[in-house]
Amino acid sequence: MELYELTIHELHGRLRKREVSSVEATKACLARIASVEPRINAFITVTADEALQAAEAADRRIAAGEIDLLTGIPVALKDIFLTKGVRTTCASRILQDYIPPYDATSWLKLKERGAILVGKLNQDEFAMGSSCESSAFGATKNPWNLECIPGGSSGGSAACIGAREATAALGTDTGGSIRQPASHCGCVGLKPTYGRVSRYGVIAYASSLDQVGPVTRDVTDCAIVLGAVAGHDPRDSTSVERPVPDYRAALIPEARGLKIGLPREYFIPGLDRDVKTAMDAAIAAFSGLGAEFVEISLPHTDYAVAAYYLIATAEASSNLARYDGVRFGHRASEAAGLIDMFMKSRAEGFGTEVKRRIMLGTYALSSGYYDAYYLKAQKVRTLIMHDFLKAFETVDAILTPVAPTPAFRIGEKTSDPLQMYLSDIFTIPVNLAGTCAMSVPAGISGSGLPIGLQLIGRPFGEETIIRAAYAFEQATEWHKRKAHL
Amino acid sequence: MKYQPVIGLEVHVQLLTNTKIFCGCSTRFGAPPNSQTCPVCLGLPGALPVLNKKVVEYAIRAGLATNCGIAPRSVFARKNYFYPDLPKGYQISQYELPICQNGHLDIEGEWGTKRIGITRIHMEEDAGKLVHADVPGLGNGSGVDLNRACTPLLEVVSEPDLRSADEAVAYLKKLHQIVVYLGICDGNMEEGSFRCDANVSVMPVGSDRFGTRAEIKNVNSFRFVKQAIEYEIERQIDLNEEGGKVIQETRLFDPASGMTRSMRGKEEAHDYRYFPDPDLVPLIISNDWVEDVRLSLPELPDLKMRRYQEELGLPPYDAEVLTASRELAEYFESCIAVYPQVKPVANWVMGEVTRALNDTGLAITVCPVPPLRLADLLALIDKGVISGKIAKTVFDEMWKSGKEPMAIVEEQGLVQVSDTGEIEAIIDGIMAANQGQVAEFRGGKEKVFGFFVGQVMRASRGKANPAVVNELLMKKLKG
Repeated sequence: MELYELTIHELHGRLRKREVSSVEATKACLARIASVEPRINAFITVTADEALQAAEAADRRIAAGEIDLLTGIPVALKDIFLTKGVRTTCASRILQDYIPPYDATSWLKLKERGAILVGKLNQDEFAMGSSCESSAFGATKNPWNLECIPGGSSGGSAACIGAREATAALGTDTGGSIRQPASHCGCVGLKPTYGRVSRYGVIAYASSLDQVGPVTRDVTDCAIVLGAVAGHDPRDSTSVERPVPDYRAALIPEARGLKIGLPREYFIPGLDRDVKTAMDAAIAAFSGLGAEFVEISLPHTDYAVAAYYLIATAEASSNLARYDGVRFGHRASEAAGLIDMFMKSRAEGFGTEVKRRIMLGTYALSSGYYDAYYLKAQKVRTLIMHDFLKAFETVDAILTPVAPTPAFRIGEKTSDPLQMYLSDIFTIPVNLAGTCAMSVPAGISGSGLPIGLQLIGRPFGEETIIRAAYAFEQATEWHKRKAHL
Repeated sequence: MKYQPVIGLEVHVQLLTNTKIFCGCSTRFGAPPNSQTCPVCLGLPGALPVLNKKVVEYAIRAGLATNCGIAPRSVFARKNYFYPDLPKGYQISQYELPICQNGHLDIEGEWGTKRIGITRIHMEEDAGKLVHADVPGLGNGSGVDLNRACTPLLEVVSEPDLRSADEAVAYLKKLHQIVVYLGICDGNMEEGSFRCDANVSVMPVGSDRFGTRAEIKNVNSFRFVKQAIEYEIERQIDLNEEGGKVIQETRLFDPASGMTRSMRGKEEAHDYRYFPDPDLVPLIISNDWVEDVRLSLPELPDLKMRRYQEELGLPPYDAEVLTASRELAEYFESCIAVYPQVKPVANWVMGEVTRALNDTGLAITVCPVPPLRLADLLALIDKGVISGKIAKTVFDEMWKSGKEPMAIVEEQGLVQVSDTGEIEAIIDGIMAANQGQVAEFRGGKEKVFGFFVGQVMRASRGKANPAVVNELLMKKLKG
């Protein structure tokens, strides 16, 4: 097996036994990147020189006996994470040449443990999208079928892992942006409970929904990365002061007695046939492991997409106001005055989808509409959250599909934004409720595209879904399948 | 038709915390541009606000001092608009749920005592500063200095209860005194620590419907506030009488002309699209915390003034002067704590001490004569060691040299002469040398007495005890 195909835990074992060096592993990743990038376009920036320097430093640490699970491991970050001294664009023209003066806390935690940054990953611009098609740096391709989307907005992260261009990646999830691309690219993606991981240094899209999470080959790696990035951050007022458990202790291939809820609103007639097949097989697998299934209802599911597209866009319209050309980022070169400068800089710098959402959000907050839209959406959100909390009184986890269909073709939905929005229907409610959920490989469609299943846990109940996911993974081995590039 | 002005005031109080409201940058005034900034107050991508607890404590102090209710739960909200001095494109403020509500202040004047309602007090961050000239490298452009961005402010909003420019000034002065007394603001209006916006309208006397109001922004002295409001009232009355209509708009005061003028085109009606800031959690304030702050409050000026009159027996004028600043009051109180002769201490503090401070441009906090030393000096007068007049000389020397009063008296040989024998001898000498004036006095010219007193005092180099001199001189002159 090639070095770039190893998981974190496999590579760590080799590093620890000095069978391989971090420099060797990093070089292997960089070579893989050079080889497949022309086809995949997962990276916006590759940091080859810095990566090799960091790998050398990691090897010195390892030689001195200082080795942690992440020391010397090549990782890549969605270009939404601020990396000090390394260009961070958020896939936008408006930040095309932006070099941040500080590191995101979550990246800093990985860096301090000796992780190696190999590059910054493509995404939908400002995390607004479900297909990675709205990047100013071109679309990323799905490694399983280059004519299909990898998913979004963390499309680069998922494609990178799917194509084995790095050992692990970080993404962000606001409405499904880790889980959906993970599902489409055959890897594991986790959205932790809101507040579990610091948002400091992550370019904000929707502040009350954004969360940082791992995109990895398998559930073990997911637990490792989550353990490394989770925890209270005094720089993030919304991060929670709650001790971080050892998530690896949940890696027990046991699902006996686990009560899993099946929400009737998610298993609608007309579900894509391949998705239904995969879900049925998953239910059978879990049953075989001794899990019990309970039909539950999440009655306000139908309102989730509408509520999300009001709340997220409202917060985004405000979060993106700072991109005004005054202090950093793109500033229009020909402007007749102040207002002209604001308008031209933003018109030139933002892509179409970003503009669309800023306008929607501004409208939802505007005088005369605030009560009917933004406020109402927040009230609906509370009801959706209560749906989940009530369900968790009787079940330990909830099983659903991740996406209504496998990955669609590039260009298929770009002319109909609403159609695109509706594809988030299974992932959005989790963000509104603020709880945790994981996407785990659960099948391959008839046309060779991966299909993931979603396991939703109660707030701060990551250990339960890690255990359930691990049990499923070990019993089915879907995570061992790989794209042929 | 007779019109009545209606005025409401919004005051922005810059808080005296060491660091900004949402980040750890210094709030010190006067640093080089953009030298006190960080990703948070620069509004860089990915930065997040973290609330400064001291700011909340100061807000609670202000609320308690103005009789407001302190909200057990208050929320920060974003006020969205674009301007170069507003780095995030929104200001973090408070909207629907401010920290303080429903307070009041009492103002005294020719109207007697009047209660002015305070609608609310809320916390917010300040914007940066725009610089339009005199900055190297700017050329024709404007520069943005973000040192001030994110400085903590309290916005104090009054009810429209004020009915004249004088009432408005009285309210402002009262509020100013209170925030300085509380130690939450330095009150420096030139540096922008205390900024006032006035909402002015007029309505026919007897009407119950307020007229359209105009807002006069950023007037930075009490004198200008009075001028601006008076001008605006007249302008609006004239407009009404000519059949015109007052437009709701923002106006600026021009001190040179004494007029207000419209900021037409600069401030269109803004829809700020307020919504609760999702980067901050709701602020929960416990009763215990409020009580702790209440216990830590200094005695406020109104109470102090009343106590000086009722318990110490000082006249209203003295009470007002001595309580004008907390530091002066504390000086006075330290002195009477060891020398409980209230009126003499009051006279000396209002007199010699204040004169010397003004002459040397010093603040009472760095007064070279500490209150205990002043007490020593007054004790010497009391004991008859020196006269009141000599004491002033001693005081000046204490101020310059920092020495103790008794040491100065001894060094300069200023001990008062009260020995009757000694004084009689001097009087005899003076009378012998001025027999003409003795005759005049005995002839009925009583005014000549002053001449003899002067002569005796001069001969004794001011040291003769004046009471003894008067008594003996009167006896000897009358024969």
